[in-house]
Amino acid sequence: MSTVPANFGFTEAEQIAETDRNLTYIAAISEALREEMQRDPNVFVMGEDIAGPFGGAFKVTKGFSEEFGDRRVLNMPMAELGFVGAASGMALMGLRPVIEMQFADFISTPFDSIVQYAATNYYRWGAAIPWVIRAPSDGGLRSGPFHSQNPEAWFVHTPGLKVVAPGTPADAKGLLIAAIRDNNPVIYFESKPLYRSQKGYVPPGDYVVPIGQAALARMGADLSIITYGAQVRESLTAADRLAADGINAEVLDLRTLKPLDTEAILATARKTGKVLVVHSANQLVGVGAEVAALIAEQAFEWLDAPIHRLGGLDVPVPFSPPLEDAYRPSAQKIYQIARELAAF
Amino acid sequence: MSDYSLTRDQKLEIYYWMRLTRTLDDRAVAHWKQGRGVGGMFSQRGHEAISIGTGYALAPEDVVAPMHRDLGCYLLRGLTPRRIFSNLLGRSTGPSQGRDANMHGSGDLSLNLVGFISHLPQSVPVALGVAMSFLYRNERRVAMTYIGDGSTSAGVFHETMNMASLFNAPFVLIVENNQYAYSTPLSQQMKVPDIATRAAGYGIPGIIVEGNDVEAVYAVTKAAIERARDGGGPTLIEAKTMRMMGHAIHDGAEYVPRELLAEWEAKNPVTNFEARLIAQGLIDQVEIDEIKHRCEIEVTDALEYAEACPMPDAATVEDGVYAP
Repeated sequence: MSTVPANFGFTEAEQIAETDRNLTYIAAISEALREEMQRDPNVFVMGEDIAGPFGGAFKVTKGFSEEFGDRRVLNMPMAELGFVGAASGMALMGLRPVIEMQFADFISTPFDSIVQYAATNYYRWGAAIPWVIRAPSDGGLRSGPFHSQNPEAWFVHTPGLKVVAPGTPADAKGLLIAAIRDNNPVIYFESKPLYRSQKGYVPPGDYVVPIGQAALARMGADLSIITYGAQVRESLTAADRLAADGINAEVLDLRTLKPLDTEAILATARKTGKVLVVHSANQLVGVGAEVAALIAEQAFEWLDAPIHRLGGLDVPVPFSPPLEDAYRPSAQKIYQIARELAAF
Repeated sequence: MSDYSLTRDQKLEIYYWMRLTRTLDDRAVAHWKQGRGVGGMFSQRGHEAISIGTGYALAPEDVVAPMHRDLGCYLLRGLTPRRIFSNLLGRSTGPSQGRDANMHGSGDLSLNLVGFISHLPQSVPVALGVAMSFLYRNERRVAMTYIGDGSTSAGVFHETMNMASLFNAPFVLIVENNQYAYSTPLSQQMKVPDIATRAAGYGIPGIIVEGNDVEAVYAVTKAAIERARDGGGPTLIEAKTMRMMGHAIHDGAEYVPRELLAEWEAKNPVTNFEARLIAQGLIDQVEIDEIKHRCEIEVTDALEYAEACPMPDAATVEDGVYAP
């Protein structure tokens, strides 16, 4: 685990000089991509609608065609199974494709190419497949069952993949750079609800957040909220309200889901003795189940209360606002469960 | 096609590879039928003209992704009989070091050989990606892969051929139409008699070749490869043949009419090529026997070697899931 100080190791003077470095989450993604493509001619982007002046459904690659040319910004036809397979072939030859899956929901279409071919390849015959799939995930945006999903558990369950899910602009940049430089297939779940509403300081230049390291987003002694992605912000909001009630919640941002930072998870569980695991994905057999099992197996004697989980309901993500709100975890729901947990 | 006619030396070399392929395959079948194998085993019997005729047309710098019926192509690329038997028998000396079964996991990038998985035709988009890497880097190289008739019913076949055409990729697809997808005959897979006609839908050439005639297979493949190398784009080649044994060693293939097998046994690609070489006066029986003997010695050596090799150490089971 790394406890990232608020200034990311930069001096106060340096940070003041970088006040324009307050970027949105989506700008941080775009910056990481652009800088990696400038650094390494083997890095390129491919996906649907990403090229030309259009620049992608969310405009992450806007201007990339002009800067890098058609050869390195590859528009793909609507054939995810085919083009993720092709990305594996390009990666076998030493290139580093970064694939934009237009929505994380569509990642079931290339499932074979990911979990059967790419994930097993290094184990089976020793040839690395260094691609990254960027998967815009999560909801709360009234986008319905097929533009709101959080399918990370499928991939955490797959040997041979790495899975990351940044919850801040700085991590969005640092984890994407780490994913691109990693020699394995990495699924990068970016949170759509954070895209333009979450701003924060993003270090300039070569900023790498190592895969496999959680970060303490907030220190506290009374209970631990273990979370990732868009639920980091919800958890921090809940923690502010809890603090007003005199409850000091620690918030651990997992950042990487595979491999999990087991030391950081066990350390916070042992520290506070009360754990709430939160994620937007449906709760059943989600990442939270593994986190809870790990703590139950290895930190049981430190626990002062049953481990609680808060995830989405076991239903397709519904569209209409009252239904979607009923489906999703939120700061309010986290606050309520944490209150009960603190009082246990 | 006359541009791609073969010299005497080339023909003898091709005969040697076809004979080695058949000898290794026969030995493996016998070994498994004696209960001495490990897991399953897929015979390629009857596919020698396709795997050798196509593989022989590749330049060393080209990349190929063969599948389980393409033993000859693996041999041609330099995967030795010793390493092949090691993989078949789950030894640590095979290309997959005991991680993957039979010919799966037999990739070796130092030989420009890409491994396949059971989810056919998943190698097709991967091989297209290899071809796309050649476009990306402006290299005059070609990627080639193989699928069976069964795989042409899968959606990713269509996705890949459309992209290969769209990107004008230096890509050659060999469809080995061996009449059966496991137990399902062609008549229960598709309405069209010729898979090659599908190429028209992608605006690329679709060529039909007699898959048991190694010289014909070589000529059409060589033409397709050189066309791709010169920027002419992809080609689909349908090589018609017959799967002469079951899907795998456990399968007696009782569902295949015996007359059909007899009809195709008369078109045995190895013995027919041998007879043609003799008829053309390019080789005599003494030389044939010498080549057969040489193949027997190589295969015996390989099997003995593999059986003497160690099994993988169970303590390594979690090693190498991730590249460093």
